[in-house]
Amino acid sequence: MQFQAASDQALLVYLGEEIGAATHERVVRLLRLLQREPVKWLRNIQPAYCSLLITFDPAAVSHSEVQAKISDLEKHAKKLPAAKPRLVEVPVCYGGEFGPDLEWVAEQRGLTAEKVVELHIAQTYHAYFLGFAPGFAYLGDLPKEIAVPRLETPRKEVPAGSVGIAGRQTAIYPFETPGGWRLIGRTPLEIFQKEREPMGLIAVGDQVRFRPITRAEFLAAKRP
Amino acid sequence: MSLLVVESAGLQTTVQDFGREGFGVLGVSASGAADAVALRLGNLLLENKPGAPALEMTLTGGTFLFPDGAVICLAGANFGAQSEGKALELWRPHAILPGQRVALGPTRDYARCYLCVAGGVGVVDFLGSASTHLLSGLGGWEGRALRKGDVLQIGKLEKNIRRKRLRPGILDTLKPEKKLRVTRGPQFDWFTPEAQRTLTGGDFAVSEESNRIGLRLDGPRLAAQVTTEMLSEGAPMGAIQVTPSGQAIVLFVEQQTTGGYPKIANVIGVDLHSVGQLRPRDTIRFEIVSLAKARELWIEQQELLRSEERLFV
Repeated sequence: MQFQAASDQALLVYLGEEIGAATHERVVRLLRLLQREPVKWLRNIQPAYCSLLITFDPAAVSHSEVQAKISDLEKHAKKLPAAKPRLVEVPVCYGGEFGPDLEWVAEQRGLTAEKVVELHIAQTYHAYFLGFAPGFAYLGDLPKEIAVPRLETPRKEVPAGSVGIAGRQTAIYPFETPGGWRLIGRTPLEIFQKEREPMGLIAVGDQVRFRPITRAEFLAAKRP
Repeated sequence: MSLLVVESAGLQTTVQDFGREGFGVLGVSASGAADAVALRLGNLLLENKPGAPALEMTLTGGTFLFPDGAVICLAGANFGAQSEGKALELWRPHAILPGQRVALGPTRDYARCYLCVAGGVGVVDFLGSASTHLLSGLGGWEGRALRKGDVLQIGKLEKNIRRKRLRPGILDTLKPEKKLRVTRGPQFDWFTPEAQRTLTGGDFAVSEESNRIGLRLDGPRLAAQVTTEMLSEGAPMGAIQVTPSGQAIVLFVEQQTTGGYPKIANVIGVDLHSVGQLRPRDTIRFEIVSLAKARELWIEQQELLRSEERLFV
């Protein structure tokens, strides 16, 4: 475990150096412990692939005091029983107007569009963390065969529900926002709903699978 | 129930309070007033809670009708506010009679002016805060900037407002600055010695493409010497991240909660309100301070902001 001051009010805790299940398991355990025993000076926790960003009240504690507390908690984290991951299934209509980059991805990787979809749905993804926008889950690991770089110039508007890929990651856009990932399909599901409990369809540590649906099924699911 | 009618909205007017910090796990950034110091003082002058929801106007204000009257206080930048032909001074309560309007124009100094009303602006909370998060369309008034014709509820006046004024000199102490103090970022060492020097020696200009999500800076490029791809990690508010082309971006209230660009520095807590008052084309500089110094300044500022005696006469 390594520590690095990120700001005058924030400390980065690194639990490993490579993206993977083992390191992320440590991230999630420490996160759960911090959520379970909330400390007064704690203002925010932002998990990521290998790290947690801890924001605190500097009027109450210093970086070294936070570091000492986290080191102590981490010892207990190892004893915490592993959480059983939730499996979330996401129906997706691939290609066409919903996945405007599917053909491009296929061409880039020397595959057919069908093969790209087959590879995308073959994997069970791990939800590493949420960022970018409320409910936007970074899912990995995308099969190497369909890994492509982001757009050089992001789109100004990506429709809500769009399924994108970038590098070894895939994600679903919860809202209509700007976005630079390559879009291969769209889900009719509401990814983030403020009236729902929980608000986000996908949470940190969840397992996610994609299931292909037809355009007709997509439209039927969208109908109120 | 008292109302506020938007007759013209201005460039970008949103409902803001102190934000909803603490939901990083959901991917939700804090949002909240860009200049939390101005919001606090404006509210305290009305004997509101310091973080009562108010209208945050950006660069150009709007015109607002109060059919039932109100007591208001303008805080932050000077947008040349008037009511019925009479100029409205900043930083003091004004009684607006039923049917009167408050009209604001383009800024004369800084970027953001707060229109605080006694009793606050009433909207439905999202995750415990009234703040608007524009990117996701959540919080505030219908998750968006106000438009002509919007009718908002405001608090009913329940008490006489004690006439208090800011103590002379307070606005100088809390004045938004164009020299921002920073601490070293987690990837400071990834940058060349020249880039490290440029950060504190160079002039940077706030680009037109700046908003509540982040401020893009034009000016000297900051070159990294470590070019390995960074893993995305949590990024604090005020982080100065640098794109592969060397452009610096200051992450702000509606920031992405994580980022994959190296961070050379981070604006310190006491100077974040100054970031909220920067206008496009403003020239800014950075000064590195130690974590201990930043903490000392923070404790000092918090004590001042929480002391009625030191703020008001």
